[in-house]
Amino acid sequence: MTVQADAPRRRRRGGGRDAEHLMVPPATFTSYYGRPIVKAAPWQSDIPAYLFLGGLAAGSSLLAAGADLMNLPELRRVARLGAFFGAVAGSAALIHDLGRPARFLNMMRTAKPTSPMSVGTWILTTFGPLASMAAAAEVAAVLPFRIPIAGRLLDAGARPAGLLAAALAPGLASYTGVLLADTATPAWHAAHRELPLIFVGSAAAAGGGLGMVGARLSETRPARRMAVGGAVLALTMELQMERSMGLSADTLHSGKAERLFKASRALSIAGAIGTVALGGRNRIAAGMSGAALLAGSVCTRFAIFEAGQASARDPRYTVIPQRERVARS
Amino acid sequence: MPGWSTAADPAADTGWSEAPARKGFFTDGSVCIGCKACEVACKEWNGIPEDGLQMLGMSYDNTGGLGASTWRHVAFIEQPRRPVGAGSLTPLPMVAATHGQNMPASSPETGIRWLMSSDVCKHCTHAACLDVCPTGALMRTEFGTVVVQDDVCNGCGYCIPACPFGVIDRREGPAGARNVGIAQKCTLCYDRLRDGMTPACAQACPTQSIQYGDLDELRARANHRVEELHAAGVTDARLYGADPADGIGGAGAFFLLLDEPEVYGLPPDPVVTTRDLPAMWRTAAVAGATLLAGAAAAFVRARS
Repeated sequence: MTVQADAPRRRRRGGGRDAEHLMVPPATFTSYYGRPIVKAAPWQSDIPAYLFLGGLAAGSSLLAAGADLMNLPELRRVARLGAFFGAVAGSAALIHDLGRPARFLNMMRTAKPTSPMSVGTWILTTFGPLASMAAAAEVAAVLPFRIPIAGRLLDAGARPAGLLAAALAPGLASYTGVLLADTATPAWHAAHRELPLIFVGSAAAAGGGLGMVGARLSETRPARRMAVGGAVLALTMELQMERSMGLSADTLHSGKAERLFKASRALSIAGAIGTVALGGRNRIAAGMSGAALLAGSVCTRFAIFEAGQASARDPRYTVIPQRERVARS
Repeated sequence: MPGWSTAADPAADTGWSEAPARKGFFTDGSVCIGCKACEVACKEWNGIPEDGLQMLGMSYDNTGGLGASTWRHVAFIEQPRRPVGAGSLTPLPMVAATHGQNMPASSPETGIRWLMSSDVCKHCTHAACLDVCPTGALMRTEFGTVVVQDDVCNGCGYCIPACPFGVIDRREGPAGARNVGIAQKCTLCYDRLRDGMTPACAQACPTQSIQYGDLDELRARANHRVEELHAAGVTDARLYGADPADGIGGAGAFFLLLDEPEVYGLPPDPVVTTRDLPAMWRTAAVAGATLLAGAAAAFVRARS
């Protein structure tokens, strides 16, 4: 079966080793009755939801640690609760997505650096209890009574737990980029130089955005900076990613992924501009900007997820780049 | 690469001591007659449930492709008769040379060229499914093959997008079937191998298209077969997955094809995804450091 390949709609100039990609792609490619070659991941929306929630947890825990050290109690409370929620809800999504959820503990029978999922599981299962302890201290502080013994443990342990969680946050935010890239899914693997950076940017935008939604203006200056810095990093690296992806960048510009990708850009840009313009002056504008950045982070994760799935379902994204690679060598 | 090695013996590399010679399949598409005995034998021996009875409109192929409940898949391609000299008009040499049979794989009389080939898990030297498995359910056997331990796999699904050939999949049904929710693929009949038997598909193949044995010997035999075909004018004949220098370190199950790999639904230049993993971890470290530094910078003069 020889299929006429559409001329790729977008071919941007790439630098370095991707400059070769400018060669005219083959006009036709061959497949077996148009069937996919690689298989798409069997993952449902649990996984992109986790990508967001894990990023939210990581960004929030860094914000919480800073707020704790700089004595910004309201920002610290919001961020610790955000880190707890992200870790717990994210873990639940991961377990729900398993083919055999009852066997999730089998993840703990080994530790493998060759498996980003194994590495991530260990990061998340260490991060979770630490973030939970810091969040529990916030809840205990607003109770109308003192919890005997455990309350004193929480008082003493909250700061070290929160700081340790923050120390794990860079790993938690970045490993998910490797998780997707370490596959034969064309759009994900082709983006392997950018995905970890996009994901840490998205995590910072989400964590900062939540801080802006939940804390009073006088305490959110670090949250605003983190949110804007994260959004700018993610948006910049996305431009770079589209160049690196070559042919598979087409998957970001069609179908469901295109709508999500456009939404992620619009929300992130609007949220960042709103933050810079009004985030420090108007509580409502700050809240809306923070919410836009959170929503932008959600859309970023789902857009990249859907683009990868689309690239796996169409054999052109497997065959044509491999043919070009063979022709170059 | 962690665990990466140029060693030709993945079993010893994994830590098996006194491992037997690496076993594999040589699937010779030039003598496949499309009988699907391999598909049936595999299903019967391994107790694999039915996974769809549909007319796919793909020549005689209603199986579709490899999956959780299809561990051998015979591809059927009907090609228009090609000009003389392209190799397709020359009747293929019989298997007679080795087995006394008399079965041409294609005929100049039909006006088309039939391509048939039985696909299977490649049992890669550098196996992405095994590398990325977070539970250790996927393991390297003493025969150098790659096998899922059914009682360990928790169905995370990571091996599925990792495989550059789209072989492994999660069994999604039918309800009540064995191993639903976990990853499944060809075991190279691990149970039969341990008893010194030939895998079911190779045992059932009536034309010796599927040959089982020591990988070294199979490679030598395959090289000889290609030379034989080239000498007979079948210049299209080429091996696929037989080169230890390829992107997966060579396949334990390799093929003789009569056209480009993608014609059969195989990737033209598969590369194990974990080859780039060290670079990816370095990128992640840079990204993590960026996040940490950015967060610290955000708290400089934190108070408004």
